[in-house]
Amino acid sequence: MLVINEIEKKFNAGTVNEKVALRNFSLSLAEGDFVTVIGGNGAGKSTFLNCVAGVFGVDKGSILIDGQNVTKLPEHKRSAVIGRVFQDPMMGTAGNMGIEENLALAYRRGKTRSLSWGISNKEREIYKEYLSHLDLGLENRLHAKVGLLSGGQRQALTLLMATLKKPKLLLLDEHTAALDPKTADKVLKLSDRFVHEGNLTTLMVTHNMRHAIEHGNRLIMMHEGHVILDISGEEKRSLTVEDLLKRFGQVSGEEFANDRALLS
Amino acid sequence: MFEILLGAISLGLLWAIMTIGVYITYRILDIADLTVEGSIAMGAAIAAFSIFNGMNPFIATCLAFVGGMLAGLVTGILHTKLKIPALLAGILTMIALYSVNLRIMGKANLSLLRIDTVFTPLENLGLSPTNAVMLFGFISVMAIVGLLYWFFGTEIGCAIRATGNNPQMARAQGINTNNMIILGLVISNGLVALSGSLIAQSQSFADIQMGIGSIVIGLASVIIGEVIFGTRNFFNCLISLVLGAITYRIIIALVLKMGMPANDLKLFTAITVAIALSLPVFKSYLRPIKKSMNGGDL
Repeated sequence: MLVINEIEKKFNAGTVNEKVALRNFSLSLAEGDFVTVIGGNGAGKSTFLNCVAGVFGVDKGSILIDGQNVTKLPEHKRSAVIGRVFQDPMMGTAGNMGIEENLALAYRRGKTRSLSWGISNKEREIYKEYLSHLDLGLENRLHAKVGLLSGGQRQALTLLMATLKKPKLLLLDEHTAALDPKTADKVLKLSDRFVHEGNLTTLMVTHNMRHAIEHGNRLIMMHEGHVILDISGEEKRSLTVEDLLKRFGQVSGEEFANDRALLS
Repeated sequence: MFEILLGAISLGLLWAIMTIGVYITYRILDIADLTVEGSIAMGAAIAAFSIFNGMNPFIATCLAFVGGMLAGLVTGILHTKLKIPALLAGILTMIALYSVNLRIMGKANLSLLRIDTVFTPLENLGLSPTNAVMLFGFISVMAIVGLLYWFFGTEIGCAIRATGNNPQMARAQGINTNNMIILGLVISNGLVALSGSLIAQSQSFADIQMGIGSIVIGLASVIIGEVIFGTRNFFNCLISLVLGAITYRIIIALVLKMGMPANDLKLFTAITVAIALSLPVFKSYLRPIKKSMNGGDL
C-alpha cells in the first residue's frame, strides 16, 4: 500500500546547521498493516510522517501510495488518499467552525469543491450516526463550535474526520501525546477500533513504548534518520519494554534517549 | 440635523460594501490586507473615467468591480505564489495602484458633476440625491449580503473559511489553501472597488487620495459592528458590518457637527481603532479588578 524508496531529507542543506533528518530511508507497508513508529529525540519520526503527508518534499528517493507515485504531489492533493491526526489537538480541526461543518469539510476530502451547499441534511443524519459511536454526546451538538470542545474531544473528532472518507493511509503523529493519560487511553482505543473496522493501513508515531508494543501488528524503531528495528508477527506480540530497550542498545550502541518515553 | 443623519446613513451604506470586503480578509482569511487602500481609489478611478467618457454608469461600475478583483489577484499571487508576507504584498499592490490610478484618470482628480451616474435613474423618479443613494445603497448592500451568505455556505465558501481558520487542517482535508486565499482576496477587493466606484458617483468626484486611511475606516466599522450588533451567526455578522459602517458614519458626522476640525478626522479614527483593537488587553487587566471587587466569585 505504501512503498518508500530510499528517501533522504536534509534541513538547512549547505549551511553549518545542516541536519540530515532522513537518510536512505526505505519502508514498505502491506494493505491493512498497522505500524507503530518509535524512536528517540530527533530520530526523524515526525519528519518521516510529514514527508509521506507532503508537508515538505524529499531531496531524494520516491514515495508510492497504492502504486501511485506521489513524490512530487503537493500536500493538499495527497490528502485525497491520506487521513491525518496531529499531535496538537488544535491542529486537526477548525475551531471557529461548527462540528458538522468540520465533518462536512472532511467528507469532501479528495473531491472537487463546487458551489453546491457545503453541507446537506442527508449528511447531518450520517454525522449524527457516526458521532454517536464516539460516546461523547457530540451528536446533539452538531452546531457547536469545535473551539468549545476539550482536547480529547477534538482529537476524537479529528480521528473521525480522518477516517470519514476511507483513506488509503492513516497517519497518526503522536496524537495522544498532548492528552492526559485517561483521555489518551480512550483516544487510542478509538483509533484501534477505527483502524480495525476499516482495515486501514496505518502509521502511528508514538513516544510511548508500551503503546507501541500494545497496538498494531508491526513496530519499527527509528534512529538517526533510518529504521534500526522492524519487528512484526509473533515476535512483536511477545515483546516487552525491557526487550525493546535492550535491543535498541544492541543495534545503536547507545542508550535510548527520549525522556518522555522513559517516564511514561 | 436630520439631513446630516440621512447623509451619514446613505454614505454608510456605500461604505458598508467596503466594510464587508475588509471583513472577508481581516476576519475570514485572517489577513490584514492593505490592498484596499489602492483598490477603493481604483474603483473610483475606473468608474469616474469610464462614465466621464460616456460609458453607461452600470457597466462602468461593473468594470470597477473587475478592476478591484484584478488588484486582489495581484496581491494574492504575490503572497501565495511568491511567498511575500501578506502585509507587505498588500502594501506593494497599494503603492503600485497609486500610479495605476493616476494612469487611469490621467490626473489627480476627476469631476462627475452633471453627468449621469447609477443614481440618476432613481433621481429621475423624483427622489432627492440623498434618498436615491440610500435606496440604491440599501438594495446593493442587501443583494451582496444575500450573495455572500449563500457563497460562504457553499463547499468553496466553507473551504475559504477553513483556510483562514486553520490552514494546516484545510490542507489535510485536501483544500488548496493558496487558491482559497487568492479567491478571498479577489472577492474582497472586488467589493472594495465596487464601493469606491459608488462613493465616487455619489459625491460626483473621484480623487487619487480617497483611499488613504480607508483600511482603518473599514476596520473601525468592522469592530464597531461586531461589538455593538453582535456576531451570533454569519448572517448576524454581515448585518452587524452594515450597521457598523453606518454607525461609524453617524459618529463622524456628529463629531464634525460638534465642531471637530475635519483635519483631525484621521487621528480620531486611528485612536478609535487602536482602542477597539486593544480592548481584549484592557479586559484582561480589568478581570482581576472585577474579581476582587466581587469578593472573588466570578
